[in-house]
Amino acid sequence: MTDIPLLSLAIWVPILGGLLVLATGSDRNAPMARMLALAVAVAGFVVTIPLYTGFDTTTSAMQFVELTSWVPRFNINYHLGVDGLSVFFVILNAFITILVVIAGWQVIQSKVAQYMAAFLVMSGLMNGIFSALDGILFYVFFEASLIPLYLIIGIWGGANRVYAAIKFFLYTLLGSLLMLLALLYLFMQSGGSFSILDWHQLPLPIEPQILIFLAFLIAFGVKVPMWPVHTWLPDAHVEAPTGGSVVLAAIGLKLGAYGFLRFSLPIVPDAAHQLAPLVITLSLIAVVYIGFVALVQADMKKLVAYSSISHMGFVTLGFFMFNPLGVEGALVQMISHGFVSGAMFLCIGVLYDRMHSRQIADYGGVVHTMPKFAAFFMLFAMANSGLPATSGFVGEFMVVLGAVKYNFWIGFIAATTLILGAAYSLWMYKRVVFGKVANKHVAALEDINGREFAFLAILAFCVLAMGLYPFPFTEVMHASVNELLRHVAVSKL
Amino acid sequence: MNFVVPDFYPAAAEIFVAVMTLVIMLASTFARSIARNLSYLLTQATLILAAFITIFTMDGEVVYTFSNLFISDLMGDFLKLMIYFSTAIALLYGRGYLEDRKIDKPEYYILALLMTLGMMVMVTANHMLPMYIGLEMMSLALYTMVAFDRDSPRSTEAAMKYFVLGALASGLLLYGMSMVYGGSGTLEFSGIAQALHGQTANTTVLMFGLVFLVAGISFKLGVVPFHMWVPDVYQGAPTAVTLVIATAPKLAAFAMAVRLLIWALFDLAQEWQMMLMLVAGASIVLGNLAAIAQQNIKRMLAYSGISHMGFVLLGLLAGVVEGDRQFALNAYSSAMFYAVSYVIMSLASFGMVILLSRAGFEAENIDDFKGLNKRSPWYALMMLFVMFSMAGVPFFIGFFAKLSVLQAVVAAGYFWLAVLAVIMSVIGAFYYLRVVKLMYFDEPVDAAPIRAPAEVRVMLSANGLAIAGLGLMPQMLMSVCAYAMLASM
Repeated sequence: MTDIPLLSLAIWVPILGGLLVLATGSDRNAPMARMLALAVAVAGFVVTIPLYTGFDTTTSAMQFVELTSWVPRFNINYHLGVDGLSVFFVILNAFITILVVIAGWQVIQSKVAQYMAAFLVMSGLMNGIFSALDGILFYVFFEASLIPLYLIIGIWGGANRVYAAIKFFLYTLLGSLLMLLALLYLFMQSGGSFSILDWHQLPLPIEPQILIFLAFLIAFGVKVPMWPVHTWLPDAHVEAPTGGSVVLAAIGLKLGAYGFLRFSLPIVPDAAHQLAPLVITLSLIAVVYIGFVALVQADMKKLVAYSSISHMGFVTLGFFMFNPLGVEGALVQMISHGFVSGAMFLCIGVLYDRMHSRQIADYGGVVHTMPKFAAFFMLFAMANSGLPATSGFVGEFMVVLGAVKYNFWIGFIAATTLILGAAYSLWMYKRVVFGKVANKHVAALEDINGREFAFLAILAFCVLAMGLYPFPFTEVMHASVNELLRHVAVSKL
Repeated sequence: MNFVVPDFYPAAAEIFVAVMTLVIMLASTFARSIARNLSYLLTQATLILAAFITIFTMDGEVVYTFSNLFISDLMGDFLKLMIYFSTAIALLYGRGYLEDRKIDKPEYYILALLMTLGMMVMVTANHMLPMYIGLEMMSLALYTMVAFDRDSPRSTEAAMKYFVLGALASGLLLYGMSMVYGGSGTLEFSGIAQALHGQTANTTVLMFGLVFLVAGISFKLGVVPFHMWVPDVYQGAPTAVTLVIATAPKLAAFAMAVRLLIWALFDLAQEWQMMLMLVAGASIVLGNLAAIAQQNIKRMLAYSGISHMGFVLLGLLAGVVEGDRQFALNAYSSAMFYAVSYVIMSLASFGMVILLSRAGFEAENIDDFKGLNKRSPWYALMMLFVMFSMAGVPFFIGFFAKLSVLQAVVAAGYFWLAVLAVIMSVIGAFYYLRVVKLMYFDEPVDAAPIRAPAEVRVMLSANGLAIAGLGLMPQMLMSVCAYAMLASM
């Protein structure tokens, strides 16, 4: 093990780099801001690579731990560490940040420095969320990451951006403040510790467990988002610029799901068992009902947004199956969804940059003018519907298996997503890409350039690699998932 | 009774400020031509030197002097330092504003010093009498400052309103004090506490007095139901004066609450905590809800201030739980931390309003912040810090202020109160977000360049950065508050 504080680097390189980009100031220096942002994003990714190469897959303990006192008055520590549950999200996040910087290269022409800086800062904050092992440190990163996204949606978003930005912020804030109260309660009960790991061992009676679970459920459920508190997501997605949508879908939604694994399940296992039917019901509603909602969308981005909600319903469903297949499947699904939804939003971004429309009805016959693009889009649409050999399949299949183990009918209902997902993804694909060339705008489309080809190709590689050979991913999470399930099975009453 | 020469040493800072006030008054009379600059500079020098004197005479001991009328302890010293500091910054921000409106008379600075002196007396009072004198000294100076733009009907009206309501509150307070005297037989805080403790006091009469004391304190803090003056006075007063009212006097009122309620009437904590609970809850609800409807940023900040003062009271009311005092220190120091944090944020927020104002133009509508990011990204960022900090979002000082107060409330077991405060904070976040929205998402309506003297720019930037910096490293200020409380209790 090295002594280099890798996690701190993963957090602070993008944040400080982002501030540096911000300092380049006005749009006259835009080329410099872009180059600098790319350099910072790459550097931020490079420092996360040793997290994977140096990761010890045999243990479920926290690795790359850093522990320094931050606010001794309340015993708040700067306590970082990753295990098999979180390490991928740090890497995924750093990776997606590079794509986002590239995706915004030409599209963003106003306030370039601020745009790039906001994404970099957000990337650093999100790494902080995934690696924080102190309750307040987690909360601080969790909340602070709202600010850049609020600005991104509000400044560079579409027509109804203000409404979407404020709705997004307030929804999330309500959830997280209730979580703060739960954290304070745990702080008192544990005799003055904010350490998440201490809380895992803390015995609690059932009533407070249930209240804490509900507070966490609201906080993380809003973030996931679960039905019925999902309505902010389609608004935010539709109004956000492409980069914002990518980050939101690929990383933002994972924060809530990750919270379930780090907080809800291990800290209040008895309440989690008791309230599992509630979460399972909500998840199934998300899977089925939101799947139907996605089917009827006329706006491509909205369609993908609803499909994200449906997929995330799968993730929460997997967690509450309390078996290794379910939890690992959900984790794989989270990573896969990071690639696939990111890719879908990038594809829609490619079309939007050319046509300035996201309405499915405005398209048709794109394959005639953009064949290379159509091929990539096809792959991602397939992955979104869970086609075998793509990453989308692995996670969904594992969760369905886990669900069948738990209860056949739950597995049965969950499996309908495979049909629904195929229906909405491929039907949209058909209407946009196939058929006759719909109008003269489509006829004038130019195929993707080298930059766009590059990021779509990288994502396509990831989607296929993960679909064909998921072992490197599951191997890393295995020990941690088993430990988590063993821990959750023990009552804390 | 033989006459003893009192020990003047602990009161050196008060004496110095009093003497300097007279010196400046004389100097500005004799040196008319340079009076404005001279009085401003001398005032700032006085505040800085007073800070040095306070630091040098500070020894961590609790010292009584002037026949126990005066107490010198760390809490008082720390609050006095914060009072000098915020008054000095408020005067710095406000100077250009007053110049533009041709009301930067030497008297303004003399009044500001008198106000400071009044606050110092309040902070160090160990007796009802100096407490009342200090309060009146501060208030009378403030009434005059509000009316300083005497040709403006609005500021005259605000001053009148402030004066009439303030006089009423002083009356209530005096009545309460007389009741307390009747009940305990003394006006000295430690004596009252002893009488209560030894059960020689008449609790019924004391309770009656307590109600009036809480009313008086509530008025000075500007909390519901004694908040009616706050929005009107904040809006009507020249912004430079609003800045003064919204900062240091809150600390003095906090000190008054601590001295009266905790030093003197600690044994009635159960009773006054119940009252404060209603007051704090109502303030947080009303402040946040009413702020949403405001179009005028000074009014909005006034209502936001009402809710922030509610949070300060949340800290004060979480000290004693069913007779158990183990949380008291934690709760009171978190309240003090909140009050100090609020003053820092409040300075920056009104500082920004002043920055955007210029001769003949008051930037007092929220819409005047439209497109600030286009006009000046740097100050937009500073205002962003202030707004998110006030909303209680990390990494800013406001988050840790809320955290420590909520922690105290949860520790005391008042969950419903914490939930109420949290839900209201979400509602409150809306109007702070709206300001950010105007600055960042909208196009500017006013293209005038932002001009301000260099020292204001530097100070305002430092102020904004302090909000972020203290949010990253809150420990020092927190432990100073905790230590000051510990050493004084």
